[in-house]
Amino acid sequence: MDRGLSVHIAQDAPFPLEAAFDVAPGEVMALVGPSGSGKTTVLRSIAGFHQPQRGRIACNGTVWFDAAARIAVPPRERRAGFVFQSYALFPHMTAIQNVMEALGDLPPSGRMEAARALLARVHLDTHGERHPAELSGGEQQRVAVARALARRPDVLLMDEPFSAVDRMTRRKLRQELEELRRELPMPIVLVTHDLDDVRRLADRLCVMHRGQVLQRGTTQDVLARPASATVAELLDIG
Amino acid sequence: MDWDAFNLSLRLGGLTVLILIPLAILAGRVLAGSQTRAKPAIEALFALPLVLPPTVIGFYLMSAFGSGHAFGRFYESVFGHSLVFSFEGLLIASIIVNIPFAMQPIQRAFEAVGAELHEASASCGNGWWRTLLRVDLPLAWPGILTGTALTFAHTLGEFGVVLMVGGSIPGETRTISIAIYDRVQAFDDAAAGEMAAVLLALSLTTIALTFFLTQRIGRRRG
Repeated sequence: MDRGLSVHIAQDAPFPLEAAFDVAPGEVMALVGPSGSGKTTVLRSIAGFHQPQRGRIACNGTVWFDAAARIAVPPRERRAGFVFQSYALFPHMTAIQNVMEALGDLPPSGRMEAARALLARVHLDTHGERHPAELSGGEQQRVAVARALARRPDVLLMDEPFSAVDRMTRRKLRQELEELRRELPMPIVLVTHDLDDVRRLADRLCVMHRGQVLQRGTTQDVLARPASATVAELLDIG
Repeated sequence: MDWDAFNLSLRLGGLTVLILIPLAILAGRVLAGSQTRAKPAIEALFALPLVLPPTVIGFYLMSAFGSGHAFGRFYESVFGHSLVFSFEGLLIASIIVNIPFAMQPIQRAFEAVGAELHEASASCGNGWWRTLLRVDLPLAWPGILTGTALTFAHTLGEFGVVLMVGGSIPGETRTISIAIYDRVQAFDDAAAGEMAAVLLALSLTTIALTFFLTQRIGRRRG
């Protein structure tokens, strides 16, 4: 696939893992599964933080990883926006500096304005001068999203982005992301174990268990017709 | 008060810090992020001066600096004088002895930054050097300050290695610690007491200032 993200990776150690899927531009693919199923490792492999033993990862026609051809583009060159589970904001920088850090491609004079626009996009334009320690969990998550979008990434990767906030904030953030994703042109891969996230945000679903993809397809299809009792159990379908 | 010895100690401490701390920053950062199996062995090697008796380090350095060793001969052929009983020899000895005092706090400070912030920096498009400048150094600098203070204070107080490698040549290798020892040997308790008090005050000020600054930064960052 020339446009979008194509992932096919496998490894035997340190734990067995095999996953293959494509995500089209503008599409949200949810990787769902219990802890230890390998979904975060898949996400980290796409970003380049983990190198699987075999496989190929390509985005918009550019090969990021190909074990057979010994290609492994370093993470900083992959243009993958990553929202970490704990947000990983730089604690010594303000919110706006965190976003500006990912705007190195722009001339210095344009970075401040671009960072302000990104913070406004996530409804955080009044908090730009605050440090992460002065922001709530939900606000930190928004800064993390703004920073991930700042590089105009070819793919947006989100690792359990709502897991560190309370239920009310979670609902609000999910709603905001739902609105934001309609404007985003890139493929989005969302790691979650929350089915509400899946139903509200994901176009397609990839169910993982013990390092294997048990089922993948459109969210509607997988939820309506789980391929096995294990998938039904993992998706909590009665 | 032996001001020559005092100034020489300050010069030795300052130069040791200037040369050792940048090297410790690079080595500490590399080791902090390293997954190599050789890491414990490398760390043990860097920590060795902590447990080795100063006389043992002094003996090996003196042997290496002398004309009986290839390194000593090489140095002498390039610079025209021996490293034994010279300020340059003293400086090299001081750098080696202080490696653990500089490395330990700096490496621990880099380790505390954590792999996730490095990954976040890479996903922002930053390479290794830019991550060091933009993320590691601003977060790890209390550890770097501690390493600097410990190195400086330890250099002022170093005795065994300095005596073996440098001897006690006024203006060249006689540091304030050696001067105190010489005065005690000469039953000049008043001069020894005066210099000891100056050394105590200087060491205490250095360490206190470091703790004060480190705490202030810690509070400011929440």
